[in-house]
Amino acid sequence: MAEVVFVIASLVVIAGAAGTVLVRNAFYAVLALVCHLLGLAALFLLLRAEFVAAAQVIVYAGAVMVLYVFVVAYVGQDDHPLRRRSGRGLRGLSVLFALVLLGEFAIAILGSGLSVLDQKGAGFFPLFGTPEEIGRLFLTKFLLAFELASMLLLLAAVGAVVLARRRSGLDDPREISVADLMRPDDSGTIGDAERGTLHEAAAGPAGR
Amino acid sequence: MSMTWYLAVSAVVFCIGMAGVLTRRNPLAILLCLELMLNASNLSLVAFARTHGNQDGQIFALIVMVVAACEVAIGLGLIVALYRRRLPIDVDELRELQG
Repeated sequence: MAEVVFVIASLVVIAGAAGTVLVRNAFYAVLALVCHLLGLAALFLLLRAEFVAAAQVIVYAGAVMVLYVFVVAYVGQDDHPLRRRSGRGLRGLSVLFALVLLGEFAIAILGSGLSVLDQKGAGFFPLFGTPEEIGRLFLTKFLLAFELASMLLLLAAVGAVVLARRRSGLDDPREISVADLMRPDDSGTIGDAERGTLHEAAAGPAGR
Repeated sequence: MSMTWYLAVSAVVFCIGMAGVLTRRNPLAILLCLELMLNASNLSLVAFARTHGNQDGQIFALIVMVVAACEVAIGLGLIVALYRRRLPIDVDELRELQG
């Protein structure tokens, strides 16, 4: 049973990875990556990593991919046809590099002579990989890593907002600032006159 | 299932991701391929955690996921900033730092 699930999941993983690299349309590439992540979550479940699999599905396939989809929808496709400036040769060379790396990995995995690689894995206790155990480890043995990770996430969030914010040089007239919302309605701005909320405007020319 | 197979899948996915990083020129696609490489390393980390019956590898994989999420946030912020400034979304065109 585990073998069948492994073969199906690993085929999904590899096909999703190939689709991510080969598909030109960015939307479809993101969808292929989602398939890849779901297959990977199945592999994690086979490896008794329940919490990692759940985090993979919720955080990656859920949140990060939605971010990707939003940015693809905002930036859009590069419509101009691909120019062959970097050339066929360079592209072929990089594929060759990837194949060489694959051969190197194959030699390293098969030829390393690690006897542990051929077995089905060490014995594990029943709670292996459950959220309880991961949480216990995060709050005892890996507390420093946990705190650093939260700090890093905070920094990344602030950095992303700073990078992607609207620059002052490119003012958008439709932009609404907080000051506009705080001000009472008939404080005599041009916006009030346009909306007709000024008392003079409401009374009309006859009132003067 | 012997652990060698998990490592083989991980190696294949890593090489596919590397080929993508080297050949694609849209920074969005390069970020996607970087995700592939990080996920391949995650798979081998979890496989080794299972091999040794030790959960530290799973913690490592979770931290790698956190770092990947940070990298995605910053990278997508950079892409949006590029788009706002009407710069080309192409890593071969953005070579001002190259001198």
